[in-house]
Amino acid sequence: MPTSNVRLYPLGDTAIVVQFGDTIKRNTHYDIQAFGALLAQNPFQGFIEYVPAFTTLTIYYNPFIVSQQGLIDPYHKVAGIVNELLQQVNQVNSVPSFRLVEIPVCYGGSYGPDLELVAELNQLSPEEVITIHTTGDYLVYMLGFAPGFPYLGGMSEKIATPRKSKPRAKVWAGSVGIAGKQTGIYSLATPGGWQIIGRTPLQLFNYHRNTPCLLQPGDHIKFIPISEKEFESKKEGRNGA
Amino acid sequence: MGLKILHSGLLTTIQDTGRIGYQKEGILVSGAMDTFAIRVGNILVGNPENAAAIETTFLGPKIRFEEAGLIAITGADLSPTINGEQVKMWRPLLVSAGCTLEFGTPRSGSWSYIAVSGSFKIPQVLGSYATYLRADFGGFKGKPLHVGDIIPVHGPSEIGAKLSQKLKLSLGTKAWCGVNWTPDPALLPVISPDPTIKVLKGPEYEWFARPSAEKFWQEKFIVTSDSDRMGYQLRGPELSVTDKTEIISSAVSFGTIQVPPDGHPIVLLADHQTTGGYPRIGQVCSAHFSSFVQVPMGKKITFQEATLPEAQSLYYQQERNILHIKRALHLKIIS
Repeated sequence: MPTSNVRLYPLGDTAIVVQFGDTIKRNTHYDIQAFGALLAQNPFQGFIEYVPAFTTLTIYYNPFIVSQQGLIDPYHKVAGIVNELLQQVNQVNSVPSFRLVEIPVCYGGSYGPDLELVAELNQLSPEEVITIHTTGDYLVYMLGFAPGFPYLGGMSEKIATPRKSKPRAKVWAGSVGIAGKQTGIYSLATPGGWQIIGRTPLQLFNYHRNTPCLLQPGDHIKFIPISEKEFESKKEGRNGA
Repeated sequence: MGLKILHSGLLTTIQDTGRIGYQKEGILVSGAMDTFAIRVGNILVGNPENAAAIETTFLGPKIRFEEAGLIAITGADLSPTINGEQVKMWRPLLVSAGCTLEFGTPRSGSWSYIAVSGSFKIPQVLGSYATYLRADFGGFKGKPLHVGDIIPVHGPSEIGAKLSQKLKLSLGTKAWCGVNWTPDPALLPVISPDPTIKVLKGPEYEWFARPSAEKFWQEKFIVTSDSDRMGYQLRGPELSVTDKTEIISSAVSFGTIQVPPDGHPIVLLADHQTTGGYPRIGQVCSAHFSSFVQVPMGKKITFQEATLPEAQSLYYQQERNILHIKRALHLKIIS
């Protein structure tokens, strides 16, 4: 990994940001994934947790513990550990293996009330929108916004559509939407302004499961079109929805 | 012991010091708004600092103790009374079965905590008792406490039992009593209606136009009524960035001061999202979180710039204060 471009800076007195790039790129994401995995295997005294995002990985720590109750500068201590880990990632130089997760989606109708609008605005037929949406290879860059909500990259700009000018008061969990050049899946029922083109019967988040979130950063996903009948038969419980 | 909720109050929830380790999956930390107050409340009743306690705000609940127990009330002074008699805060109190705790007019601060020795018999969700309101899990059935709820409580902790024994001697025929000591007020954060809050420059501080950056430090900001556990929405001078580049979503934390395009800063708090895309002008020093969250809506605050070493020293001092309170309590038990 070229670590020369990596920048470190504090976020308040309990976190350090490790910035791997300035634009959303797959290679930057792979660097972040590799670094996160290494950090998870080598937690330091006072480490709390880390949060990967598109271009950054933020590490939270307890400054009182890291500083040995005020004896040494905790920010510089953590920065030193980060730099050492970056060197190790450098040597590993691994090509990431990934998981491919298939997401069945019932497009259009009551599950995807905005499919027609997305088609119309892009001068396509609804079927063409579905074909384009299901052809893409999507990468889960990060989770955020709500539990298990994936920020996906890889949607064709042919179906890019602006957000709704007035957000819906309630978007059902599992709804698949488009906002600008992004596509995503609502993990909880929340208010939302994305154009909803379909819904998956899978639960993206369920705190009763061992792994509460269906998707993890680094996963690749593929959308598979299904009928309303298949949707009903694949529907998972309402808990966490 | 169990607690019966007779009135719910404005927003009464079960919280702890937060759900740690799941932010990378988009799961909020949640937990107490005033972490210092909940930690000290737990210490005073002999609980682990991260035990579950009740958080309430502005208009507190009315609670009946179905069995005797040891409690402490910390944080904002919302005029607590037991059986109609005024209660002193920040100290262990022994209550007998049938006592009713009630709150009145808010006197200072916004968030108050009721810690109960032994804490509540409720399940942990993802390692925490904190109520995650938006996702309906954690706490008591994933919801704010409601009239008629009965919250089951474990027997008192070892320290709690020892304190209770001492207090029983002074109880006599009274229904409740408290100890005659309290942590040195100098060890507690200042709760003031117009505090000066120490802030570190945020990662995008330099993006803000010079006049905006200056106003941020010089002028006062009002905590508006749109504020909640997710964040305090401030009104003051409009702050603008020099070029309108959006930032790529990145981590935000408790105390992050972000500025959306309308120019009005939001200070993210306990129920903040894990990541955000607005420029971050500043970050409240951890040691000033309590003073900040306790500012009531409609009141004004001033931000004052701090350096990282200064913020760290304040942090250490606050942790040492907590250690002092713990040690002092242990001495009281031995004596």
